[in-house]
Amino acid sequence: MAVDYGTLKKGGFMRQKQKNHFSLRLRVVGGNVTAVQLAKIAEVAEQFGDGHVHLTSRQSIEIPFIKLEEIDSVKAALADGGVEPGVCGPRVRTITACQGAAICPSGCIDTYALAKELDDRYFARELPHKFKFGITGCQNNCLKAEENDLGIKGGIKVTWREADCISCGVCVKACRSKAIALEDGKITVNSDLCNFCGRCCKACPTDAWDTIQGYVVSFGGLFGNHIAKGEAVIPFIEDHDTLMRICDTAIQFFDDNALPGERFKFTLDRIGWDKFNEKIMEAYHNG
Amino acid sequence: MADITITDTVDITDVVCPVTFVKAKVALEELDDGDILAVRMNDGEPVQNVPRSIKEEGHKILKLDDNGDGTYTLIVRKVGD
Repeated sequence: MAVDYGTLKKGGFMRQKQKNHFSLRLRVVGGNVTAVQLAKIAEVAEQFGDGHVHLTSRQSIEIPFIKLEEIDSVKAALADGGVEPGVCGPRVRTITACQGAAICPSGCIDTYALAKELDDRYFARELPHKFKFGITGCQNNCLKAEENDLGIKGGIKVTWREADCISCGVCVKACRSKAIALEDGKITVNSDLCNFCGRCCKACPTDAWDTIQGYVVSFGGLFGNHIAKGEAVIPFIEDHDTLMRICDTAIQFFDDNALPGERFKFTLDRIGWDKFNEKIMEAYHNG
Repeated sequence: MADITITDTVDITDVVCPVTFVKAKVALEELDDGDILAVRMNDGEPVQNVPRSIKEEGHKILKLDDNGDGTYTLIVRKVGD
């Protein structure tokens, strides 16, 4: 019987150079794996692989040296431990995320919750080519948002609250963008310089800031054969529903306009960023 | 704020991150609830990060003085025993 490599690849089985062996990519969301899942993965690697796993560059786990004839048994064994195969090929790939606000003191958004939501919404959606989402919690950018087709970076928009301020100037020093000035006991924020990192409000001894958690979204990033930094269209997106409309619009634009095998950046370059920006602005305003 | 009485002073200008915060934290541990610590630190990375770390430990920052010599003094009230 002929082997359908396309279907295998779609199901996360990556053909190895060793005949009839596959490296099985697993479904991981936001880089989190439970201890139960890990134990099952270890067991399967021992029983069906060669006893090792590979950590991929995008937070997935692969179990190499799975034999063609054992694929069904491997899938069943993994399902027992709540582990599913991942995907490869022209579709939405692993949603990556840093630890975000749930764990990290620097985090501005709950990256894992967002990764799970995007995974439910888009994972494995068929598209003209691969499409990668990455979510990072803050400007430190540990998850490298702009190297993804669609990158999301958490941010905080701040407004000074005079009544609670003790004019200590800690925020002026905490700001790395030199966006904050303190003169005659009054704080001013230069909105052209503010990058929404949230360091001012996180450092403030009296929490004298009104804050809005939000997102900086970039499009068209690549970090493979070609390297390009994703670009933002809107400086700051203030709410979750607008973010979702913008993600829907971007992925639909890619689906409607991309040529087979064309990454998002090249679709945007070919069709025109102006046309894309128009669609995004429409989604941004039509709540 | 005129009635702040400094209980103890620590100079962290002679160490670098992450020992800056550790040295301040150890000095705070020596004190009692409500005591005031003055922490002298360098401009740049220490003054960018140490105040926030002390806040995250639950202590109360009262003010930050610019000493005019490339150092700052952070006045902290210890919270907890």
